[in-house]
Amino acid sequence: MELPLLHLALVGTPNSGKTSLFNALTGSRQKVANYPGVTVERKEGFFVTPQGRQVSVVDLPGTYSLRGRSPDEEITRDFVLGKASGETLPDLVLCVADSTNLRLTIRLLLELKRTGRPMILVLNMFDIASRRGISVDVERLAKELGVPVVTSIAVRKGGTADLLALTDEISAKLAAEPAENSWRALSVAELRATQREADRIISDCVSLPASPDTWTARIDAIVLHPVGGLIVLALILFVMFQAVFAWAQPLMELLQSGFDALGDIVHATLPEGLVQSFLQNGVISGVGSVIVFLPQIIIIFLFILLLEDFGYMARAAFLMDRIMGGAGLHGRAFIPLLSSFACAIPGIMATRVIDNKRDRLTTILIAPLMTCSARIPVYTLIISAFIPAKDVWGFINLQGLVMFGLYTAGIASALIVSFVIKFFMLRDYAPAPFMLELPDYKMPRLKSIAIGIFTRAKMFLQRAGTTIFSMMVLIWFLASFPQPPAGATEPAIDFSLAAIIGKALAPLLAPVGFNWQIAVALIPGMAAREVAVAALGTVYAIEGGKEAAEQIGQVLATKWSLATALSMLAWYIFAPQCASTLAVIRRETGSWGWMAATFAYMLVLAYAASLLTYNVAVALGAG
Amino acid sequence: MTDTHDTRREMPLGLAKRGYTGVIQHLSAKDAGSALSDIELESRLIELGFVEGARVEVLHEGLVGRDPIAVRVDNITIAVRRREAMAIIVA
Ligand SMILES: Nc1nc2c(ncn2[C@@H]2O[C@H](COP(=O)(O)OP(=O)(O)O)[C@@H](O)[C@H]2O)c(=O)[nH]1
Ligand SMILES: [Mg+2]
Repeated sequence: MELPLLHLALVGTPNSGKTSLFNALTGSRQKVANYPGVTVERKEGFFVTPQGRQVSVVDLPGTYSLRGRSPDEEITRDFVLGKASGETLPDLVLCVADSTNLRLTIRLLLELKRTGRPMILVLNMFDIASRRGISVDVERLAKELGVPVVTSIAVRKGGTADLLALTDEISAKLAAEPAENSWRALSVAELRATQREADRIISDCVSLPASPDTWTARIDAIVLHPVGGLIVLALILFVMFQAVFAWAQPLMELLQSGFDALGDIVHATLPEGLVQSFLQNGVISGVGSVIVFLPQIIIIFLFILLLEDFGYMARAAFLMDRIMGGAGLHGRAFIPLLSSFACAIPGIMATRVIDNKRDRLTTILIAPLMTCSARIPVYTLIISAFIPAKDVWGFINLQGLVMFGLYTAGIASALIVSFVIKFFMLRDYAPAPFMLELPDYKMPRLKSIAIGIFTRAKMFLQRAGTTIFSMMVLIWFLASFPQPPAGATEPAIDFSLAAIIGKALAPLLAPVGFNWQIAVALIPGMAAREVAVAALGTVYAIEGGKEAAEQIGQVLATKWSLATALSMLAWYIFAPQCASTLAVIRRETGSWGWMAATFAYMLVLAYAASLLTYNVAVALGAG
Repeated sequence: MTDTHDTRREMPLGLAKRGYTGVIQHLSAKDAGSALSDIELESRLIELGFVEGARVEVLHEGLVGRDPIAVRVDNITIAVRRREAMAIIVA
């Protein structure tokens, strides 16, 4: 008889190794989606036990209790209480503990027991505990807690064998009748009593040598030094951005020549005409000009995932808390804002760790001002076309300097906007507390980093294959139809819909120095910023023929003034953000109003910045 | 209770300097001036292991106003702002 799917849920405090365990159990059989209504990442995976039982397992957000103080923690609570809409109550809860740090998890477990769900306590990171000389009387612990206990090493091959065996054993005798749920939110007195009980059980069953992790202490002596720590943080950020621009270059050039070669093949094999133009100008050069940025996106996520896995992110939040507090931001906002340099979408989703509503809202509103990787194509293109690659002061590359300036402008405007929000809108505001566990440092694991990068790269390519592809088809269509009448001498594009739309918008954008080709490119740029580059490419390619398509930069250099180019850079510091970012803001704030407000304020800033830049540049003779 | 010989004076952890070690005597959320309600603040502190009898040590402090502080609580490290740490009475 085929047994029904067994539903497991991973619950535990942050950094106890839930995600590592999840990866160890399921490998690549993972499905990442969102919980309905809120954009909390829902990670479900599948595996088969040694005895052949089909299992689904869900990785829940880390929590210290079932009180649900943040959107993340509410998910975990509702899930184990069976209140999450559209979710099955888990058949078995795996309570994951960091074996070197049992106090908080044992208390959580005592609280979880009240839900009546069958449960296993997983003593994860048992390798680290053994190395530090911590010994646990597993049998006695199981008896005292009234819950089966098993040790595990999530990051070692075979490290979950005991857990799998126990899962089989327990699932075979799971009671069919629903267990009674007597959970309710604990009062302070009950909380304290539960912690006392947990501490008593631990002192009975666990022997702790009094030696903390010396490595963590040594690293923290430097990394959390009031001054030294900030220098280290600045160095890390510097290396990160250096890597994004320098290391990615060769790979990007390789990809670019690949797409060029593909375009040439299409050009050579197909007869002159619409199909050839569609494939070469619309599809290959359009989608290609976006995929070229994959290396940069991988590198920026590599850094973020490495720092997270190593345990540094919490330290960065610690160092930045008061500094960001000056601009009205919470220390925890540092991680979401840093992620926003890769892409505002994961950044905005990461604001879920901020439990105060107003802190969270401020962070969401300014996250799109961080220079996301989708702006890199626009910046790179314009900078390489207009800014000479010469050195200033002998050693700093001028192009690099401009890029750095654009990043700085983004950060500075984010801080100013945040300050303004704090000052004018949320005035009656006492700073929310900053309380965060600083986990012991861990060697980052290749496997979890690889899985993390793989899922992000997949998301990016899917976007290139769907959103960006369809926008490119649309642009190509608008730029190609209607076809010019026979015998026309002007470039074909002058007769197209794109020209009609662009010329209609041009008067609005003339004050900031944008021509109608830019106006056309800005529209699809709202679907995804990086499309603007490809759109410009398509528009000028159809206008100027094949040679133009290969050298967008050179074409721009002849068609735009320096003032226009600088104005375009200023425009992209602020707006217009891509449609997916706006959609995420709507979902995360649950409000169309905040989405509209974000869009409006960024559009206004963009227009103002461009207007200023253009006019100053013209006045200085760059028109 | 006597305050003779080596019984240390009670003080809020929020005033402790780097290197301070002590034991938590009790929690007093109303003294903290936190944005959280007293009950909420007390619950959160307990959830992070700040309970009576726990040993604490101030390991690190931030640059601006020596805030926040990183506190060793038994065998984990927690970062808190001094404002909230005022609720933790140590000796
Ligand atoms: N040595 C060792 N490290 C582990 C183990 N489980 C997790 N880790 C590491 O602990 C850190 C936090 O793990 P993660 O799965 O992200 O924790 P989560 O926050 O509960 O999802 C990562 O750096 C992991 O590589 C383990 O069993 N042994
Ligand atoms: Mg995790």
